[in-house]
Amino acid sequence: MAEVVLSGIRKSFGEVETIHGVDLTISDREFVVFVGPSGCGKSTLLRLIAGLEEITAGEMTIDGQMVNELPPAQRGIAMVFQSYALYPHMTVYDNMAFGLKLAKASKETIDERVRRAAGILQIDHLLERKPKEMSGGQRQRVAIGRAIVREPKVFLFDEPLSNLDAALRVQTRIELAKLHEDMAATMVYVTHDQIEAMTLADKIVVLNAGNVEQIGSPLELYHHPNNLFVAGFIGSPKMNFVKGSIAAVDQSTVEVALPGETRVRIAVKVDGAKSGDAVTLGVRPEHLSAGGGDSQLIGRVDVVEQLGDSNLAYLKLPDGETVVVRSEGDAKVREGDQMPAGLDTSQCHIFNASGAALPRVTQ
Amino acid sequence: MARQSTIRTEAAAVVTTRHLSLGRSRVRAAWLFLAPMLLVLLLVAGWPLARTIYFGFTDADLSDLSSYEFIGFANYLEYDEGEWYGLLADPDWWNAARNTLYFAVISVSIETTLGLIIALALNASFPGRSILRAAVLIPWAIPTVVSAKMWGWMLHDQFGVLNDMLLGLGIIAQPVAWTADPDLAMAAVIMVDVWKTTPFMALLILAGLQMLPSDCYEAARVDGVHPVKVFFRITLPLIRPAIMVAVIFRLLDALRIFDLIYVLTSNSADTMSMSVYARQQLVDFQAVGYGSAASTLLFMVIAVLTVIYIVAGRVNLGEGGR
Repeated sequence: MAEVVLSGIRKSFGEVETIHGVDLTISDREFVVFVGPSGCGKSTLLRLIAGLEEITAGEMTIDGQMVNELPPAQRGIAMVFQSYALYPHMTVYDNMAFGLKLAKASKETIDERVRRAAGILQIDHLLERKPKEMSGGQRQRVAIGRAIVREPKVFLFDEPLSNLDAALRVQTRIELAKLHEDMAATMVYVTHDQIEAMTLADKIVVLNAGNVEQIGSPLELYHHPNNLFVAGFIGSPKMNFVKGSIAAVDQSTVEVALPGETRVRIAVKVDGAKSGDAVTLGVRPEHLSAGGGDSQLIGRVDVVEQLGDSNLAYLKLPDGETVVVRSEGDAKVREGDQMPAGLDTSQCHIFNASGAALPRVTQ
Repeated sequence: MARQSTIRTEAAAVVTTRHLSLGRSRVRAAWLFLAPMLLVLLLVAGWPLARTIYFGFTDADLSDLSSYEFIGFANYLEYDEGEWYGLLADPDWWNAARNTLYFAVISVSIETTLGLIIALALNASFPGRSILRAAVLIPWAIPTVVSAKMWGWMLHDQFGVLNDMLLGLGIIAQPVAWTADPDLAMAAVIMVDVWKTTPFMALLILAGLQMLPSDCYEAARVDGVHPVKVFFRITLPLIRPAIMVAVIFRLLDALRIFDLIYVLTSNSADTMSMSVYARQQLVDFQAVGYGSAASTLLFMVIAVLTVIYIVAGRVNLGEGGR
């Protein structure tokens, strides 16, 4: 019902184009997260959907209706802003009721909707307060409540958690996931935090410099990144990249020569790669092990970070590159030691010289 | 054990006295820094005020200030041989009070409205905005006597440029005596005051406008609020504190208006304000006692009106109006 379709969406501010043609279909009741580094255009894209910015080129439909020329209020959307954007001089109740009041809804309807939203968000007891008398977390709930009251087809969230402290962020994140389940509404969410993206999304859209890098489910992006950018952006600590070259190619595998005489044979779609091509091997810290593995990278332990449940060892390879190895929390790793990092070849990624991934073949 | 606890108590006592004396020395320093200011205020404001109030209870005369008698409230109100005398029974005083209130209310209302419109215009972003902001201030920067004289000439019935222009355009058939015509004099005074002080209003309101959170307006767009309603339901309530402070500044100024009226229309009864009345009594009629009483009453009127305004308008002067 509330499907959002973007086709060839472009946005220019004066001479500068910041969104370079985005094609995207957001299905009904889907939770879509736009993620990317600051300045990648994710907020602009959200504001284009909201109607707060004008679309320069391309077409957008919400629920089958073309919305390019429609003002925000007629698009059937509600937006939650990063800075909450509450009206400072109104009580919580009035903040939530304001839009409905001006739309001339009946008193009973307004009261019923406001109280129901307040119930969902557990802010019943705050209804008579003014925004400045509340904490950041409470304000954010009111902002979400204001969105719920509008009963929109699509909820838009612009980095709603970034002004909250870490503990509250986790809690609110869980509540948002529950809210999505309860409301059964389409939600579009912008964040620069890949953990928020991974935990909340049905579908993640990774943006970089105004382009869509990849669209997919969280695990798809984690296991099958399309390119170096997505591989490096999704996952924490980020994926290790080691430069190498193709030593041999056969039907379904590529053998990569890495610094220090190491060779790994990885099952990928060969796609015209040939011997001698420069490639980048990508492997996540959690897929490296201290010793063992199909083959090994050997380096000196530079720094060890103890996280309790695991250790992060930063290995300096002979050619000066650093790789991170995640191991069990009680593993005995000391700084200055020589340590072999075992590679699990089924978990390795190969990217060609232009950064595109050779698609992995997994059994 | 006992010795130890004694030592501890002594130590605590030392800490407390040190703490106390620190607080005391801070208070002392504060007074020290305030003293010059208080002294100057006492000399230039406190002493004349006290003297004026005191003279208000005497029959002092400007020609000889060394001999006067204390006459109680006679300057304010006195019953003598079947008739009431004194300030409160003087129709001229009440005329002046009426003129002043009329002038203050009308001119401040117009200035507030115009100031708000200009501030909203200056708040929009357009090229050359900062130059325009500076230019708007010019009327406010000119000394009142100068601008009043300037307008006096422009409004002159025979040589004034205003009459010349209106005659040229055919709007009026014969020259108008703007400042002498009883029906027009007050309007002329108000017009010049509006010209002069609207920039001040506009700037104070503009400062308020610039502190408004911009995200609220985006939320209002998503809520589908009509721009006119946005102004009345969001902008106006949010800048109300700034407007209230601006209005009180202007109101205090307008209630003691003297220079503009005196330069434009001299002692004309049609425009005479309370200040002009007091000056006339004090200087022209040499009645220092009576004039002082008028000044004192003017002071009381302004004080009472200000208190009423602050209480009724719930103006918060303490937190910069926020």
